[in-house]
Amino acid sequence: MALDSKSELREFKIVGTRPLRPDGIDKVTGKARFGADITAPGMLVGLVLRSPHAHARIVSIDTSRAEAVPGVHAVVTRADFAEPGEDVADILDNCMAGAKALYDGHAVAAIAASSGKIARDALKLIDVVYEVLPHVTDVDAAMKPGAPVLHEGRTDETVPEGLSPNVISRHEFGHGDIEAGLAQADRIVERTFQTEATHQGYIEPHACLAQMGPDGQADLWCCTQGHYMARNVCAEILGLEQGQLRVTASEIGGGFGGKTTVFLEPVALMLARKSGRPVKMVMTRSEVLRATGPTASSSIDVKIGMTKDGRITAGFAELRYQGGAYPGSPVDMGSMSAFAPYDLEHVKTIGWDVVTNRPKQAAYRAPGAPMAAFAVESAIDELARGFGLDPLEVRLKNAAREGTRASYGPTYPAIGLEATLRTAKDHPHWSAPLGENQGRGVACGFWFNFGGDTCVTLNITPDGTVTVSEGNPDIGGSRASMSMMAAEELGIPYEKVRTIVADTGSLGQNEVTDGSRVTFAVGLATIEAARAAIREMCKRAAMVWGIEPEAVEWVDGAAQPAGPNAGEHPPMTLAEIAAIASNTGGPIAGHHEANPEGAGVSFATHMVDTEVDPDTGAVKILRYTVFQDAGKAIHPAYVEGQFQGGAVQGIGWALNEEYIYGEDGVLQNAGFLDYRVPVASDLPMIDTVILEIPNPGHPYGVRGVGETSIVPPLAAVANAVSAASGVRMTSLPISPPKLLAALHER
Amino acid sequence: MVQVRIWGSLAAATEDQTEVEIEASTLRELLDGLAARYPAMRPQLERGVSVSIDGRIYTENWFTPIHKDSEVVLLARLKGG
Repeated sequence: MALDSKSELREFKIVGTRPLRPDGIDKVTGKARFGADITAPGMLVGLVLRSPHAHARIVSIDTSRAEAVPGVHAVVTRADFAEPGEDVADILDNCMAGAKALYDGHAVAAIAASSGKIARDALKLIDVVYEVLPHVTDVDAAMKPGAPVLHEGRTDETVPEGLSPNVISRHEFGHGDIEAGLAQADRIVERTFQTEATHQGYIEPHACLAQMGPDGQADLWCCTQGHYMARNVCAEILGLEQGQLRVTASEIGGGFGGKTTVFLEPVALMLARKSGRPVKMVMTRSEVLRATGPTASSSIDVKIGMTKDGRITAGFAELRYQGGAYPGSPVDMGSMSAFAPYDLEHVKTIGWDVVTNRPKQAAYRAPGAPMAAFAVESAIDELARGFGLDPLEVRLKNAAREGTRASYGPTYPAIGLEATLRTAKDHPHWSAPLGENQGRGVACGFWFNFGGDTCVTLNITPDGTVTVSEGNPDIGGSRASMSMMAAEELGIPYEKVRTIVADTGSLGQNEVTDGSRVTFAVGLATIEAARAAIREMCKRAAMVWGIEPEAVEWVDGAAQPAGPNAGEHPPMTLAEIAAIASNTGGPIAGHHEANPEGAGVSFATHMVDTEVDPDTGAVKILRYTVFQDAGKAIHPAYVEGQFQGGAVQGIGWALNEEYIYGEDGVLQNAGFLDYRVPVASDLPMIDTVILEIPNPGHPYGVRGVGETSIVPPLAAVANAVSAASGVRMTSLPISPPKLLAALHER
Repeated sequence: MVQVRIWGSLAAATEDQTEVEIEASTLRELLDGLAARYPAMRPQLERGVSVSIDGRIYTENWFTPIHKDSEVVLLARLKGG
């Protein structure tokens, strides 16, 4: 794909403005159709029976009593599914347990009935005989020889012999000589940090409606970050051809990575197949917390050396992430990103992927990076403060820049970290006075972006309006930004463009909405689709004028002769060309299909003021400012929203949110009363500063912005708490009892 | 030949070399060349990798060009949320 690095030279008319969001009215008036709002004639209610045990062999399942209940139309267990292919085996086993239940809440059977009451009553009549097994939910405990073993034979070739079979893989990154670097340090900080698993906390529980005819044609409506992913995975699990399964994404009430896989969908399709009726399934909040995908929890050793003038001489981290009951924690991403903001001669990270009796982790905004940043940024802060140095100056002194060899290997092109740090240092927040028991913290964060398969079709309607069809559920304002980029390119008002999220039958393959990819990749495809439509419209105008298409150019929403040699013709607007499309060759559309790779990386610096109540250990967030490079902010309000949302989720991770397991391995806080996410009254307005260092890999300079903002806040808050209280907290969340105990020990 | 930097835990497959030389002008040739020359690397290549070429990261496009003086770095396959 051609890349255009002239974005900084372009003057935009629509990009960079703040038009009204297209989904706003429907959402505030309750008209938006989320997953649970979809219905079908003759629809059944599907419910799941879940394991009450953290680890148990399933000796037998007798569904006969449930099947005999009037109104029960189908019962499904793992026995109904064919042996899956290797690439979906863990996904299916997570959706419906096979030989063992591997965590509290693991699905073991499902029922479709004519009402919710009948289904609930019938669930109680399914007789499951369990052989309860020892369990382990802590990552360090799971790594020890002799720990309860979840799977045999899943360890890969990177793991040395002699470790627990729960250790799945080992990842090592870095360069230089750590010991030589540490020998140059005036001080070394060596600490162990822990973070608990947190949930994305999306407002909308998972929901879907499935129907399947006797001819094998099936339809699925679901809330998901990737309906093409849902189609492909479900088709493989159900033994369907992908083309026979059409998936439509509903409006989505948050995802943040947690809706990049399937939980209910294959089960709903199987129930629909067995019952011959549409089946709707909606999770309760308790099910969401027990049986979808929270983050990994982590245990991280960090060792960093620094000279007294603030130069980091070496950085080492050993990261242990448990990703629940199946391989695949994001410890490799944590290991790559831990020291990525810094220019280090000696750096090394080792990551261990470990399984435990917890739900299979799913992606959560910059998966793996926030925990690593918490550990590294806390240690850097401790060193800086120990030397009496300005923590922002220390970060500036060590900041990665263009030409720096990243800790994970490559040499950086132009990046924006230094700009975020300098802007933070010049911001009034940095010099604002603090009161008693108050402290200020800063931290940096890094994340990758990527592209992936992308299709966009742009249709010119007969009245001169435009519809853009994209294949990525809109979790962060992509319909607005696609409309803006299309309007910018076409030279027409934003209000003349409507973007829709098309079903899987309407476009080619689209990668999931993840990896901060959509504004980058779908935006790029939208621009190219608009350019294709422009070429066609110029051709139509050339036909009317009787000149060559090459003699026509597109300016401000109209075709016009490119120069005096093309003759004198009044410009033809998009609407005028659209009105005669039937007479000039038929409907006009532009489309673009690509896998636009080569996305740039992203950096942020966060600054936060906290106040610690010495009597209770409660932490109040007083002020918070995000500084982040967006490349080019298409719709700045959405970019600010991404910055704010990431910061708030990170604040929750730092202060309140945690999965609490009892001795029995059962989740103790499976509800929003006990799993405490920050609410508006807990927080100040999150201030944002958007920096724009264009990404040369995008025609407008766009970088993904959806994930980086959750990377720094864990450390920024912890550093602020340390500054306010004099206590260095190495374990998250910094809940009031935990902080109070630390204050008493001081 | 292009110089390829590999990450630490793959060095076991390359007799502890963290930089290797492969004859390749595209991403596909690079991955095929690594698999052919270092069979112990195949399990990881099959699980998936990303490749940084001159600071930009690629995962899937087989025919992404690689120049002889390109900086090529093998990375764990990127994930996102």
